Amino acid sequence: MIEFARSMWMPQAASTHAGQVDGLIGWVHLLMLVLFVGWGIFFFFILVRFRKRRNPKANYEGTHSHLSRWVEGAVAVIEIALLFGLSVPVWARVVANPTPAEEAMTIRVVGQQFAWNIHYPGADGVFGATSVDLVDAEANPVGVDRDDVMAKDDIVTVNQLHIPVDTPIRIELSSFDVVHSFFLPEMRVKQDAIPGMTIPLSFTATATGEWEIACAQLCGLGHYRMRGFFTVHDQAGFNAWMAERVAEVEAASQPKGFFD
Amino acid sequence: MHNNGHANAEGHGHDGHGDHGHGAPESFIRKYVFSVDHKVIGIQYGITALVFLFLGFCLILLMRWQLAYPEQALPVIGRLFGVTRMPEGVMLPEFYNQLGAMHGTIMVFLGVVPLAVGAFGNYLVPLQVGAPDMAFPKLNAASYWLYFVGGVIMLISFFIPGGAAKSGWTSYPPLAVIETAGQTWWLLGMVFLINSSLLGSVNIITTIVQLRAPGLKFMRLPFFVWAQLVTSLLLLLAFPPLEVAGFMQLLDRVAGTSFFMPSGLVISGEAYTGSGGGNALLWQHLFWFLAHPEVYVLILPAMGIVCEVLANNSRKPLYGYKALVYSVIFLGFMSFVVWAHHMFLTGMGTAISTFFQLTTMIISVPSIIILTVMILSLWGGSIRFTTPMLFALAFIPMFGIGGLTGLPLGLSVADIHLHDTYYVIGHFHFVVAPGTLLALFAGIYYWYPKVTGRRMNDTLGRWHFWPSLVCMVGTFMPMFVLGMAGVSRRLYDGGATYAHAQDYLWINQLITFSSWGLALAQVFFIVNFFVSLKNGEKVEDNPWQGTTLEWATTSPPLGHGNFEAPVTVYRGPYEYSVPRAKRDFSPQHLKRI
Repeated sequence: MIEFARSMWMPQAASTHAGQVDGLIGWVHLLMLVLFVGWGIFFFFILVRFRKRRNPKANYEGTHSHLSRWVEGAVAVIEIALLFGLSVPVWARVVANPTPAEEAMTIRVVGQQFAWNIHYPGADGVFGATSVDLVDAEANPVGVDRDDVMAKDDIVTVNQLHIPVDTPIRIELSSFDVVHSFFLPEMRVKQDAIPGMTIPLSFTATATGEWEIACAQLCGLGHYRMRGFFTVHDQAGFNAWMAERVAEVEAASQPKGFFD
Repeated sequence: MHNNGHANAEGHGHDGHGDHGHGAPESFIRKYVFSVDHKVIGIQYGITALVFLFLGFCLILLMRWQLAYPEQALPVIGRLFGVTRMPEGVMLPEFYNQLGAMHGTIMVFLGVVPLAVGAFGNYLVPLQVGAPDMAFPKLNAASYWLYFVGGVIMLISFFIPGGAAKSGWTSYPPLAVIETAGQTWWLLGMVFLINSSLLGSVNIITTIVQLRAPGLKFMRLPFFVWAQLVTSLLLLLAFPPLEVAGFMQLLDRVAGTSFFMPSGLVISGEAYTGSGGGNALLWQHLFWFLAHPEVYVLILPAMGIVCEVLANNSRKPLYGYKALVYSVIFLGFMSFVVWAHHMFLTGMGTAISTFFQLTTMIISVPSIIILTVMILSLWGGSIRFTTPMLFALAFIPMFGIGGLTGLPLGLSVADIHLHDTYYVIGHFHFVVAPGTLLALFAGIYYWYPKVTGRRMNDTLGRWHFWPSLVCMVGTFMPMFVLGMAGVSRRLYDGGATYAHAQDYLWINQLITFSSWGLALAQVFFIVNFFVSLKNGEKVEDNPWQGTTLEWATTSPPLGHGNFEAPVTVYRGPYEYSVPRAKRDFSPQHLKRI
């Protein structure tokens, strides 16, 4: 079923739960296809069989068959089976109960018109204090308070989300201004970013690659170009990328020398 | 109660212009502009709604150019839109978003609903229940004029600084609150449209409950009347929350309140100065509490029309009339408890998401029953493939696709991938375009002789039907592919920015070509519509040999008052091919079969 869904133009699937999403999409489309083709053939047969030329006089009684009730009943049963067999458990496991912060690598993502701000806690694993009053589009996009000791090592990037493969990732999603939607097509991750709320989500990438963050919710005139870059590294590659960012932060936080 | 319909209709059946259409002359303005006759108002609704449908279609045709050829100049007419919209003929994202928001608004609130409820409901409900007019004729006129003013407000908003609303027909705050003045006009226009619908729905409900002809028991009502009754109840109960929400958003915009504006916003690098403390999600709940029932407002009258046309053209009663009626009532009720399936990705827990998935699966059952009844009704019939019948028959598989593609969207886990993609666009357009619009066309072809006394041309009708069907499928089917590929909706460049959309951009052109074909096919309809007014084949009073009460009067009906004498009903609505009857139709109002 997963293959069936993926044959239907879906993007590469590269997270641990992607198969479950694709499986449900595959099963429900199979149901739809069977119903549509079945009904379609029956419908077409009736149109031919009971056209005026073939059947000049209509029958007042029509059909007394109760077959349709069985079909309707069967459809309802299958729908309920898909709901409680696939959708509800996956939702409970993947969406409603994201991996807790202590068991995952936690990253904050804050949407704004029209960029994704990515905030890593740094080596100490603790996010430093942030304040909207400190937000500066160029110098400090999420308003990190660099005076906070926990904030010294925090890493902030714009439109660059980098993660290691095979590692549980927890993203705490919010928005500065309007409703956005954080979409990683290959991870089968999509979550609205709603101002005033912080919504956690989690996933584990199963393949390395260079993909995109898409905004899926109309957020203004630049919605179409609110595109971020999303890279899944192997562990060594991620460490190297992170080391570069740490070096940048350290360079920026060094007291400026007389000749600088 | 039943016989004094004339008195209930505020006496308008009697004052000055008589029951019989050739009474004292009236001024042109009283008769055709500020008329209180439900038939004139129905035609006013119909013409206005068709103009808005055309306009909404033009907006999307403009957008489709930009989607197929992003940021390329639109030849010839592009420059006419001016530098604030299409400098050098190239569409700006701001203008694209205006067109998108207004396409949805116009199609739903100014096109389909006024045509399905305002025009068909107004014209046919009193006739089909055997009443001389709606219960409240002046209220009826007020309803039309509120709609008209609402439409004018929406149109003017294109020409104010900053242009029309740009936040989608859904108008989610905070975006809608911080956008330019067009949104304020949108909210004002919506207030007029909502009040128009409220007045109209009260009128239709009262008319159906109070003004039915003697003998016309509820279970003898044509299914179309049932569909209008449930539709009106939905409008009456679902619109007030949106009206309140609209005022709240208006206050957020103009009075500095923060119903939908949370604290701590940073907009364009500046801290938001409103008081904050509001909730952005509250709007979404209030909006969808209307807008999901609204989906059924769009589809139920269409189902009603289809059932009338199917029974008439298969020359037999509907299979399972009672099942139809109970299904439509259940559908109406359930439509109030599914709204949050539009909001699965707003951070919903398992319990709530399960509740809304379950109600969504449950609501699919009556829809399936209605479709099954439609198909099974044809069994044993003697099917005539008239032009209205072609449109009505095409409704069945087209609405089938629309309904079936709702299933994956109603399952929250599948929605993770499909939410806000073109899959959603394909789904609801199959419901309302090849679904509702085909049914509305069926209704126009079917009742045109009733309204004008002339038939529309059959050949032109077929030339309208087949290309429309093919082009609608060609327009909306490829959207499912885009959606599966993860291409989001409402993108100004159709996804050209994104790597994951690159392999599918050609589909945008395919859709655009199909939409042009669809536009061309409508030429046959427009020509047919106007030419038949003068040159259409003249028909007798009951050209389709129908059974329901609208055919019990002349075509076109007598002046204000509808019927020569009060009618009495002796049987159900679809007594076709009754055994031992002389003819293959037994009208409701004739005592002998």
